Amino acid sequence: MLRALTGLLLLALLGTAGRAATPDPADWDAVLAEARGQTVYFHAWAGDPQINAFIVWAGEQLQAQHGVTLQHVKIGDTAESVARILAERMAGNADRGSVDLLWVNGENFAALKANDLLYGPFAESLPNFPLVQAERFPEMREDFTIPVEGYESPWTRSRLVFYFDPDLLPEPPLSMTELLSWSQANPGLFTYPRPPDFLGSTFLKQALLELAAERAVLYESVDPAQFDAVTAPLWAYLDALHPTLLRGGRSFPGNGGELRRMLGDGEIALAFSFSPAEASAGILAGELPPTVRSFVPRGGSIGNVSFLAIPFNAPARAGALVAANYLLSPEAQARAYSPEVMGSTTVLSMDALSPADRARFEAIDPGPATLPPQALGDPLREPHPSWMEALEQAWLARYGVR
Amino acid sequence: MGCVEVLLRAAPWLVTVLLLAPVALGVGLTLLPAFGYLPVLGGDSVSLDPWRQLLAMPGLGRSVSLSLLAGVLTPLLALAIVLMFLAGSSGTALERWLRRLVAPLLAVPHAAAAFGLAFLIAPAGLLSRLVSPGLTGSERPPDLLIVNDPWGLSMMLALVLKEVPFLLLMALAALPQCEPGPRVLLARSLGYRPAVAWVLTVLPALYPLLRLPVYAVIAYASATVDVAMILGPTLPATLSVSVLQWFSDPDLNLRFQAAAGAVLQLGVTALAMLLWRLLEALAAVAGRHWLAAGQRSRGEAVLRHAGRLGVVFLLALALGSLLALLLNSVAGFWRFPDALPGNWTLQTWSRALPEVLAPLGNTLLLAGAATLIAVSLCLAVLEAEGRQGRRLAPALWLLYLPLLVPQIAFLFGLIVATEFLRWTPDARLVLFVHLLFVLPYVFLSLSEAWRHLDPRWTQLATTLGASPWRRFWRIRLPLLLGPCLSAAAVGLAVSVGQYLATQLPGAGRVPTLTTEAVALAAGGNRGIIAVWALLQAAVPMLGFAMALLVPRLLWRHRLGMRSTP
Repeated sequence: MLRALTGLLLLALLGTAGRAATPDPADWDAVLAEARGQTVYFHAWAGDPQINAFIVWAGEQLQAQHGVTLQHVKIGDTAESVARILAERMAGNADRGSVDLLWVNGENFAALKANDLLYGPFAESLPNFPLVQAERFPEMREDFTIPVEGYESPWTRSRLVFYFDPDLLPEPPLSMTELLSWSQANPGLFTYPRPPDFLGSTFLKQALLELAAERAVLYESVDPAQFDAVTAPLWAYLDALHPTLLRGGRSFPGNGGELRRMLGDGEIALAFSFSPAEASAGILAGELPPTVRSFVPRGGSIGNVSFLAIPFNAPARAGALVAANYLLSPEAQARAYSPEVMGSTTVLSMDALSPADRARFEAIDPGPATLPPQALGDPLREPHPSWMEALEQAWLARYGVR
Repeated sequence: MGCVEVLLRAAPWLVTVLLLAPVALGVGLTLLPAFGYLPVLGGDSVSLDPWRQLLAMPGLGRSVSLSLLAGVLTPLLALAIVLMFLAGSSGTALERWLRRLVAPLLAVPHAAAAFGLAFLIAPAGLLSRLVSPGLTGSERPPDLLIVNDPWGLSMMLALVLKEVPFLLLMALAALPQCEPGPRVLLARSLGYRPAVAWVLTVLPALYPLLRLPVYAVIAYASATVDVAMILGPTLPATLSVSVLQWFSDPDLNLRFQAAAGAVLQLGVTALAMLLWRLLEALAAVAGRHWLAAGQRSRGEAVLRHAGRLGVVFLLALALGSLLALLLNSVAGFWRFPDALPGNWTLQTWSRALPEVLAPLGNTLLLAGAATLIAVSLCLAVLEAEGRQGRRLAPALWLLYLPLLVPQIAFLFGLIVATEFLRWTPDARLVLFVHLLFVLPYVFLSLSEAWRHLDPRWTQLATTLGASPWRRFWRIRLPLLLGPCLSAAAVGLAVSVGQYLATQLPGAGRVPTLTTEAVALAAGGNRGIIAVWALLQAAVPMLGFAMALLVPRLLWRHRLGMRSTP
């Protein structure tokens, strides 16, 4: 509490300064000078103690190198913070916001950007931004098809990866069609998180990408007139799949963590995650049997980048810029890559790094159940965020009352 | 009249306003968007669209029925068990033993109890591991819908598990003034069997004193968020959980519908109370018939055994849940169907401990400050009441408003209000919101004992020339130290358990054991959940232990003082 109170005191003092000058990220020395002494309230999903420990470490580095205090505000769902920023906007709070830095992507970013709730553009002026080589990797400038336009800075890559228990499932199914025939032959060994859980909705999108007659429409805003026709194969597929799921499809796990627990308990044989290192981390943490292995579907799997955004009313903008830039540094990215730390896939392009920085990454063993980058192949692009909303609603309308 | 005197006189009104204004403001600011008014999101005219949107939600009818069912069935079961137990087991060794256990059971926060129960009864839980593969013949967890069952039975079980100790504590506090001894004795002399005698003579005097706690249980059970999220049905979820999801959906248009849902929740809770009122009337009629029939022993056996059975069953469930939490907190990889973990580790604890200090400090400071303020204000109200010689009856119900109005119906509105007032989200704001819930519970726990202190003590002091303040400090407070401390322990437990009331006003900047526990629970790691649930339960338990120990230490040379409950 004392820490929180001193933080607030600092905030009150700095709030007045922050109002006068909007930091210009192009003048990085001025940003560094302004950031010194600021407290950055970093809202980040806190369901994984490894991620939390990494943020503590990053805070120590920021304090030592730049005099910025990084305060992790632990949240269970990013939408809570979006709601908070909205409430502040509603009340006319334009410069004393409670969020300085936010881990965000997809529909949350879309909502923030569409409602003008973000500060920026800032991302492409960060000194470390060239290291992601955005010309070669367009996903750094596009969040679920929404142009980023510098309103958020890349932070980590996610990739949909399946993992399985070889004792119960010797030959993993490499496509949605194979998944269905396997599940029909072996009922009760698979399930997926209940949409609108992020991972559950991703499963729907992955299935739709594989089953839809054409993919192009998925990268544009949903046309309600076409929605039924485009998604018909998905619903036919789920109608066939659900009776074969665990609990007969009458109840679904709440999130990816619950799904992992079910695999650990031997309730299911196949699960999936947005982190390619999840299976390895689960084995290390004693949650999964050591025999678990990962794979990606034959036709590729959805991948996305998650970002760091700064709300329009963040009081410690300079500090937030410094934090975002630090989290993009080879030092921080390499540390996060290690499976004992976080197992996160880096957003940096190896070609853009100095040999010394590249060596940091090469020295790390990604873990027994983690696929090497070349095995992951190219990611499937995320559909337009309006599809996520529409799919979630249609799913709830169809399967929401059991 | 001194300044303090004036303050004391104003205390009841001050407290009422303190509790009433935020709730009214919060409900008001929920009502506006419920009818389409929320200019920031483009809602600038009054309309019924949010309601149309709400009514079109799939499964809304089921959600409402579930909330209503939980709101009526939970208090019914909990109250029945408590009353049958008191009727059948008054004065037995079991009752004396349970008196000591009731406090620690009450201390465990709802979310922690729900996780414990889930770890016990889930298909891959402790019970299932104990009987597998021996009885089930399977190496895999049974594919059964036990947790998150569509009718919310496991959720209601957890609620009953938590509400029975609460109602029991309230009943035990209120019982002495019903004079159960002489009443039962009289009825027995007329030939009634003991449990029947208790129901016919003590219950009618006891129930009016229990009514408020029961209504608080109805409000809680019909609108619970944390227990419902852990154990409740999911397709669809209860109304309160759905509303919370809409409130925190990135699609900001759902806010209107969420506000309408919050207002609907208010109606559902009110309807549950209305249904309960009907049940009360029915029970009164049935009771009169029973009385008039003059049966001396019918029902004796049922009363005697059912209550005891219920309590013993719940006790076993509570201990089993605690065991499940303990085992999971020290388990390494624990493959099903092993009854015990394959390897043991303190890693989960050792990793959690460095993270515990800051939230633990916040939890202790918040709970301590909220409890101290609440107890002081309650004492001021009760003292003022005593000196003015009358109960402030109309104000009394208002005092309990924060317990009777579901949290989601006013907390979001209240946060918007504090934003308008430009109050920075910080620990003071969290403290204030905690006070809204701590104060009524402290008052609930303290008022009966305070009001029914034998008046002859103070009369005696008056005749000896003691001033009102001297009577307060030297007579009433020492005599009622026990009840004051138990009320404080209840207040402490209430503060520790708050999630929404901490997260929203603090903007997440005031992490407590409960907010950390909820954030970490999102990751689904059983070991971590168990560690934090146990930590969450430890603080209130410490509070209750102190409430028992302090009077014993203080009055170790005064035998007569130790008998006060």
